[in-house]
Amino acid sequence: MTMTIKHHISDALLMGYAAGQLPEAFSLVVATHLSLCDDCRARFAGYEAVGGAVMECAGAVAMSEHSLAATMARIRSAPAPVSRDAPRRMGIFPAPLAAMVGGGPEAVKWRSIGMGVRQAILPTENGARARLLHIAAGQKVPDHGHRGMELTLVLQGAFRDETDRFGPGDLEIADEDLHHQPIAEAGEDCICLAATDAPLRFNGLAARLAQPFLRI
Amino acid sequence: MFDMQPCEKPDAPFVADAYAASAARTVTRMGRVTVTEGRIGDDWAALLIRVRDDRDEAAFAALFRHFAPRVKGFLMKSGASAALAEDCAQDVMAVLWNKAHLFDPARASVATWVFTIARNRRIDALRKARRPEPEDLPWGPEAEPDQQAALEMQQDTERLGEAIARLPEKQRVLIERAYFGDLSHTEIAAETGLPLGTIKSRIRLALERLRHKMG
Repeated sequence: MTMTIKHHISDALLMGYAAGQLPEAFSLVVATHLSLCDDCRARFAGYEAVGGAVMECAGAVAMSEHSLAATMARIRSAPAPVSRDAPRRMGIFPAPLAAMVGGGPEAVKWRSIGMGVRQAILPTENGARARLLHIAAGQKVPDHGHRGMELTLVLQGAFRDETDRFGPGDLEIADEDLHHQPIAEAGEDCICLAATDAPLRFNGLAARLAQPFLRI
Repeated sequence: MFDMQPCEKPDAPFVADAYAASAARTVTRMGRVTVTEGRIGDDWAALLIRVRDDRDEAAFAALFRHFAPRVKGFLMKSGASAALAEDCAQDVMAVLWNKAHLFDPARASVATWVFTIARNRRIDALRKARRPEPEDLPWGPEAEPDQQAALEMQQDTERLGEAIARLPEKQRVLIERAYFGDLSHTEIAAETGLPLGTIKSRIRLALERLRHKMG
């Protein structure tokens, strides 16, 4: 992995993912970034170790009398576990994203939402929403704020906003304090995986009117 | 809320005693993993490796006695009824048996590994949700495990447990609540001041070695 990643997953999100407390859309973004970033993978190992320590020391509850025999019987009677092929990376899509999409970038069913932007909503459970965004090179995304948290992971190309430049592998974590207007860099079109846990807050009237249909 | 100190290991002497003979054999296989000034915690990895390599039921029974009640307690604190927690804890231990070949002592302590299985079972059973996992790396247990790395990983994890137990109660309870699933993702604040740096550096080095080998 030669990717130079500058913007990483926050400690709070890593801990939430290690604890198993993120909505599926956020887990997808975190798992996809971890697949690209050894630094975060190593930090993540630390947060999983915290989970081990918490479980180790937080108190045992006696198992039922014949639980060991019952477990051995479960092991013996269960069919040998099927070793499924691990999901694989497909082009610019790391394995967890490829598994969610059911293929690589060519399998995505893009839908134009106007202004040079296309999107595909991914089938994650309720609570937060994940989508792929395809922004034509040089294109501006409508100016918006956030009611909750928005995670944006760049997979191809790059965008800039008021805070910095975000290239492949970079993750932008936007919260209620950030109001931004991302612009895709010239050159390659920008493809991002984004997740939100509340609808965005658009400034322009056109985008606000279109919002219910776009499900952004 | 939950008293984490002292972190007792009441069944550990039994393990050390009953497994003196098998541990001696394990030493040949795992080098220094088991021979560390009688530090009992290190033996869990050796036992799991006996399950992994020899399908050793006695070693599994010892792991079961220690970890199954902890998994059950963890799941009950996460909101499961005693019956559901018992059922899931048995499942978790069956997964430990079935997936023992995936355990790599240089990457995680047994407690950490069992925690990840229990967490995933909890997400299935209690939240009925899915959790996308990071891409697998071809870094499963190596034929020649890095024994020093394995030993140090077990020790780092023990030190981490001691550090958590020493935290001011308020802070410790917040960490526990996060892992028991008692805090939403927006409520989790991760400024723990815990010594996670050594585990991070160790995994980072292992990944660099792996990338180098793959490259």
